[in-house]
Amino acid sequence: MIISSKIIKYLIHFILIFIGFIWIFPFIWMILGSFKSNTDFIVSGNPIPEEFNWDNYTRAWVDANFSGYFVNTVIMTVATVAIVVLLCALTGYALGRVDFPGKKVILGIVVGIMFIPKGYTIIPLYELVDQLGLTNSLFGIILAESSGAHTLFVLLFTSYFATLPKEMEEAAIMDGCGFVRTFFSVMLPLAKPIIATTVIMQFIWTWSSFLVPTVLTISKPELRTLAVGMQNFVGQHSTDWAGMAAGATISLLPVLIVFILMQRYFIEGVAGAVKQ
Amino acid sequence: MADKKGNLSKTNRNRQLWAYIFILPQAIVFLVLSLYPIIMSYVYSFYSWDGASPLTNFIGFENYVELFQTPRFWGALVTTIIYMAGTTALGVGASLILAIILNANNMKGKAFYRTIYFIPVVATTAIIGVIMKNIFGIDGSVNQMLQTIGLADQPISWLNSSSLAMLLLILVGTWKNLGINMIYWLSGLQSIPTDLYESAQLDGAGFWKTLFHITLPLLKPILIVILLLSVVSGMNAFDLVKTFTNGNPYHTTETLDLYVFNYAFGGGLTGSTTRMGYASAAGVMLGMFTLLISGIFGLISMYTQRKLKKEAN
Repeated sequence: MIISSKIIKYLIHFILIFIGFIWIFPFIWMILGSFKSNTDFIVSGNPIPEEFNWDNYTRAWVDANFSGYFVNTVIMTVATVAIVVLLCALTGYALGRVDFPGKKVILGIVVGIMFIPKGYTIIPLYELVDQLGLTNSLFGIILAESSGAHTLFVLLFTSYFATLPKEMEEAAIMDGCGFVRTFFSVMLPLAKPIIATTVIMQFIWTWSSFLVPTVLTISKPELRTLAVGMQNFVGQHSTDWAGMAAGATISLLPVLIVFILMQRYFIEGVAGAVKQ
Repeated sequence: MADKKGNLSKTNRNRQLWAYIFILPQAIVFLVLSLYPIIMSYVYSFYSWDGASPLTNFIGFENYVELFQTPRFWGALVTTIIYMAGTTALGVGASLILAIILNANNMKGKAFYRTIYFIPVVATTAIIGVIMKNIFGIDGSVNQMLQTIGLADQPISWLNSSSLAMLLLILVGTWKNLGINMIYWLSGLQSIPTDLYESAQLDGAGFWKTLFHITLPLLKPILIVILLLSVVSGMNAFDLVKTFTNGNPYHTTETLDLYVFNYAFGGGLTGSTTRMGYASAAGVMLGMFTLLISGIFGLISMYTQRKLKKEAN
């Protein structure tokens, strides 16, 4: 479709830029606020700080333990992403390239998992992790995080592997590769675009995850992740808003950077997953 | 390879065996971390249980009876449905308009706009809740701005009024997820063959005619997907509600997810006793409502697709 008329076009751009500014204003406000002093933050309506200082970052990083939370978040995210990519690639390969009895049932379950709310399973999940003795380790959080709905990823891998030509596999078999080696050395490397999509999407989801880390760190505050650690700025009588803005910036920047660098894969991946 | 039939079926059986082995890890994760917890939610919901002592006090349906007699539970259900319906209606509609604009062939700066409008999607919801809590606080930027430009004489207590708090929750929730719906719509728009538009142009159809006769009808299948995803995410509002309004004022913005959390783990945060059995019953109800509502959408989608197929024939 084509939008004609120059005036309408300019008008549309004007509106899009105006709304776009409002759209990202909370982030601009937060980053600017992270350089303000606490009084400046509360009293002044001007989003631009009177003077720029890094005190809030020191306070967030050291006093509020964001250095520790940062490490926790990185470990949890990297491990979860690795597990999810491997599980989904294996499942997708089996579903996409092999005809076996029960395939439809498994596909049905994969789609059905999407509709299981976390609020439904969080209590037994907490109990399970507790019984396994894992509430005091990041491993428990990683396990619980890896259990989410991976419907989109499995379907992406399934349809991608299904479209690869049969000849590739046959050639690999001729060269003496078994099923497993064909997968790891021939087929999996071909699925790089899907792997990239899964890595980015799961990275962003896990990095931002809140319910599971909140629940599993109730008795172990030092295992908190960045998203959960924001509570540290809320005191009994007052909230350290400027420190919180610095903490929020520390938590959000890695995700924003990953997104902006990889957005082409990310956006195409989301779109591709829906088209299936 | 195919000259010996026996050999082929042997390779086939071998492949099938490997397929099962490949699915096994995912299946174990599903059984242990999804299916088992679901079953246990039902089991816990029949006990009076604080989560710490042994699971011995079986009370049958008492948790459910209490749940049904508790206005706060019904309030949480209504809040969840209002939030789900509000974010779905606003989000699905607004993102469609945005996607149509950003899909126009001669539109400049598409990539730039897509990035801008997508940023809230990747940002951590829990942190957005905290930021919004400050922006809409009594001394927050919104009040200061309204007073500076003279639109308000006194600061508005956004988060102390249930209707305003609920409205803000829906608006912020919509803002957060609009970008993802926009991408879904764009993928649908891009799957429409361009020659349809070309022939419409040759026939002299204008923008609106093309929109209502070609674009929108062809978007129906993707509409169902977007609606379903939006409904499921709306039914599971936790991160934003917990950090933005925390259910206040007086539980009027408490969603079912938050209700479950407050009874199951809220005690752990405040030091009072937890009620895991009762919370499990609420969790089971949440699961059932989500299934019921997505089931209704599923049926509607099946019906629409059948109708579409009939029209195509």
